[in-house]
Amino acid sequence: MAELNRMTIAAARDALRAGEVTSVELTEACLSAVEGAGALNAFVHHTPQIAMEQARAADARIKAGDAPAMCGIPLGIKDLFCTRGVPSQAGSRILEGFRPEYESTVTQNLFDAGAVMLGKLNMDEFAMGSSNETSVYGNAVNPWRRGNDDAPLTPGGSSGGSAAAVAADLCLGATGTDTGGSIRQPAAFTGITGIKPTYGRCSRWGIVAFASSLDQAGPMTRTVRDAAIMLEAMCGHDPKDSTSADLAVPDFEAMLTGDIRGRKIGIPREYRMDGMPDEIEALWAEGRRMLEDAGAQMVDISLPHTKYALPAYYVIAPAEASSNLARYDGVRYGHRATLAQGDGITEMYEKTRAEGFGDEVQRRVMVGTYVLSAGFYDAYYNRARKVRTLIKRDFEEAFAAGIDAILTPATPSAAFGLGEMSDADPVAMYLNDVFTVTVNLAGLPGIAVPAGLDKQGLPLGLQLIGRPWEEGDLLNGAYALERAAGFVAKPGKWW
Amino acid sequence: MLDLTHEPPKPKVIAGAKHDWELVIGMEVHAQVASRAKLFSGASTQFGAEPNSNVAFVDAAMPGMLPVINEFCVEQAVRTGLGLKAKIHLKSAFDRKNYFYPDLPQGYQISQLYEPIVGEGEILVDMAPGIARKVRIERIHIEQDAGKSIHDMDPTMSFVDLNRTGVALMEIVSRPDIRGPEEAAAYVVKLRQILRYLGTCDGNMQNGNLRADVNVSVCRPGQYEKYQETQDFSHLGTRCEIKNMNSMRFIQQAIDFEARRQIRIIEEGGEVVQETRLYDPEKGETRSMRSKEEAHDYRYFPCPDLLPLEIEQSWVDEIAANLPELPDEKKARFMADYGLTEYDASVLTAETDAAGFFEEVARGRDGKLAANWIINELFGRLKKEDHDITQSPVSPAQLGGIIDLIAADVISGKIAKDLFEIVYTEGGDPAQIVEERGMKQVTDTGAIEAALDEIIAANPAQVEKAKVNPKLAGWFVGQVMKATGGKANPKAVNALVQDRLGL
Repeated sequence: MAELNRMTIAAARDALRAGEVTSVELTEACLSAVEGAGALNAFVHHTPQIAMEQARAADARIKAGDAPAMCGIPLGIKDLFCTRGVPSQAGSRILEGFRPEYESTVTQNLFDAGAVMLGKLNMDEFAMGSSNETSVYGNAVNPWRRGNDDAPLTPGGSSGGSAAAVAADLCLGATGTDTGGSIRQPAAFTGITGIKPTYGRCSRWGIVAFASSLDQAGPMTRTVRDAAIMLEAMCGHDPKDSTSADLAVPDFEAMLTGDIRGRKIGIPREYRMDGMPDEIEALWAEGRRMLEDAGAQMVDISLPHTKYALPAYYVIAPAEASSNLARYDGVRYGHRATLAQGDGITEMYEKTRAEGFGDEVQRRVMVGTYVLSAGFYDAYYNRARKVRTLIKRDFEEAFAAGIDAILTPATPSAAFGLGEMSDADPVAMYLNDVFTVTVNLAGLPGIAVPAGLDKQGLPLGLQLIGRPWEEGDLLNGAYALERAAGFVAKPGKWW
Repeated sequence: MLDLTHEPPKPKVIAGAKHDWELVIGMEVHAQVASRAKLFSGASTQFGAEPNSNVAFVDAAMPGMLPVINEFCVEQAVRTGLGLKAKIHLKSAFDRKNYFYPDLPQGYQISQLYEPIVGEGEILVDMAPGIARKVRIERIHIEQDAGKSIHDMDPTMSFVDLNRTGVALMEIVSRPDIRGPEEAAAYVVKLRQILRYLGTCDGNMQNGNLRADVNVSVCRPGQYEKYQETQDFSHLGTRCEIKNMNSMRFIQQAIDFEARRQIRIIEEGGEVVQETRLYDPEKGETRSMRSKEEAHDYRYFPCPDLLPLEIEQSWVDEIAANLPELPDEKKARFMADYGLTEYDASVLTAETDAAGFFEEVARGRDGKLAANWIINELFGRLKKEDHDITQSPVSPAQLGGIIDLIAADVISGKIAKDLFEIVYTEGGDPAQIVEERGMKQVTDTGAIEAALDEIIAANPAQVEKAKVNPKLAGWFVGQVMKATGGKANPKAVNALVQDRLGL
């Protein structure tokens, strides 16, 4: 079978169960695709041996009739997930050489379901970035290019390696994490689907923390159905994470009926930003029309505190990060600076962290330290927390008024060129998260679905935001949108 | 329950060069929660283990590791709060206190700054019979302990032991109601006693399981009363905090030194600087650790890895219903039920083991006699060998047996002491020992008369003297006791002597 690596998870699952293909074959196809895709710099640690062992074990399980949906499916794992015995560096120099002795709950859940790990995927350092350019491994590259232009584009961030790998058919799906849009923005930039579930749906145990109250893992896949299948395998209550919800995991795939008749979908007026490109505006209108045609009732709504979301996010996330990243001190693991004669512990901290952290991470640690410091705490951190409460309330009121889901653009633009933003104010980069951070602040599920191409042939995505814990319903809405959009474009292979 | 009436002690007054000064002291006691596992990891808390052997991934702050609260530690904190008659907060929350140190792997300590689990309570600090200080407790919160840095093993390197990292502590914060060094030590003694009764902290100060930060300030007489009326701290002096004290003696020495240091500064026209100080027991002085200006900015904020801690009133009620009898109640009961003096009752209730021992001995016997024997004989004997009551070779049943023999006039008090020594060193049933070794006292007046008659006959001069000075009758009693090997009943001997000498 040719091009097994291009299969969807659903199709591969069915073919595996039918005995038409083996996991070993699928895995080999993916490994060879990975090998040929060095130019994308998506995979930063390759684990072919583990992959083949897992594939053989999966084939045995399938043969024995014990085959969960993810059994035998080759995946890429974001470098933020701790994977036992495999480098897990969070895209940072400071975790150089770190091989955890434990397996994150999400990857363990996937492996328990029989999934196969091809390797670790590139990302922005500590998941801080929107272009993959803060990675210690160098950036991943978007498999998509503008029509007549060879300029390399960003796959987005922070889960840029995951997005590039899935879009380029190097794996059937990938894990991502999303603190402010790190799954949805790269998914939109690469024409794939990415869902950030409700905060507490996936365990954070074993995922290197960026901002604990915002971080959530989620799947990045080529279709909504694949997202449903993979999310179901990833999530579930974990007593090791106190913020993990003790709720049953529904059969998400079974909820994909495509029937959204009578569903009320909100269009928040505050998401119409000044200077928003026409194409994004047009895509959003198109999404509205598609959902309406599918029988949904489209309602104009207001989420009045939206404009404060980005500043609040860029206070809360760095505040938590400054504390979460304090453990990277060179004492116990990872990088430790070479010290000069007479250097003490303070020099060790300073040199280690100066060498180990990149500019963006240092910037956020400093911002976070500042907003938590005595005298500024109330003005920044506490105020941001209050804003967060108001943003959450905006959504609650919308849902209480009968809104089932909210439709917004996923990103304010299509993928931009690598290096294009390098001289820009960091805040210009932060604007990438303008449509996605509200969802993290409110702890809601959000999904990005590819919905069209811009004039230069680059994919654009729409975002649906759902009620808490109703990922099934949200996925069904996304499924309806996916079917209506009929997005089938693929990047031309240049790598 | 009998409520002991008491008077507050007089505050300690220190005469300065110019004025009299009073002390105002508040304490923050860090008590290690008695729990086999740490606060947020399953790792063991066993003391004395190989360095870095009781360390879970969470304790070592490995990437992606998350804390999960140990419910038993919460229960212990609630129990402690109830034991200190404090308000239990059904909702509390954890905060991160951020600072860098190698023995703090996370780079922050998880504590409870904004919403502690326990609110206001009180402790009655006994100073002397009838004299006690009521010290208000401001709050109790739970937090993680740090590890241990070892700087003296290598000339160029420091070592870190994470065994203690993440062990649960209760920080018990008092109001500034303590008025002298002795009161401060007595406060720790009483708090330790209550914690040990509750089983929530073993109180082992040597191992660092109970340590105190002491806030000391001085003020002119009358100022403290103004503070009490208004709760306005501006009536009080600037305080200094003496960190990490783990001995009652050092607490007293440090406070005394610190108060005098502050008095000297003020009287010489200077100002006390608010700062953290350390006590050096070798030099007997406190010295500055860091001033307010160089104080850490801990950047406290709510710990996003933990949800607010919510507990049920019914659970609190259940813990309350199963609280043991506490020292004050036990002491009052011992006084009421056994007729003990406050002093004896205090001594016997200092430790639950001793109190339990006493109650077993006293059951169905004369409580005062039981108390005397335990306090004077048993405690004295144990102390000689540096043993505590749990190591006593004499069981309550054995001591009770000795007391029974005294009460039944089978042996004299003097013989009883010999018997006690035999039981202590050799063991055995007291009654049987008395029987086998012929230790019974002689109450047969015939035998006593015969002995007395012999003595009178042999000492006519003494007889004459005694008739003039009746106090000398005692000499005859002694001689009879000697002649009977101490077994004669002293009461019977005394009566006969009086009779024969015609006194």
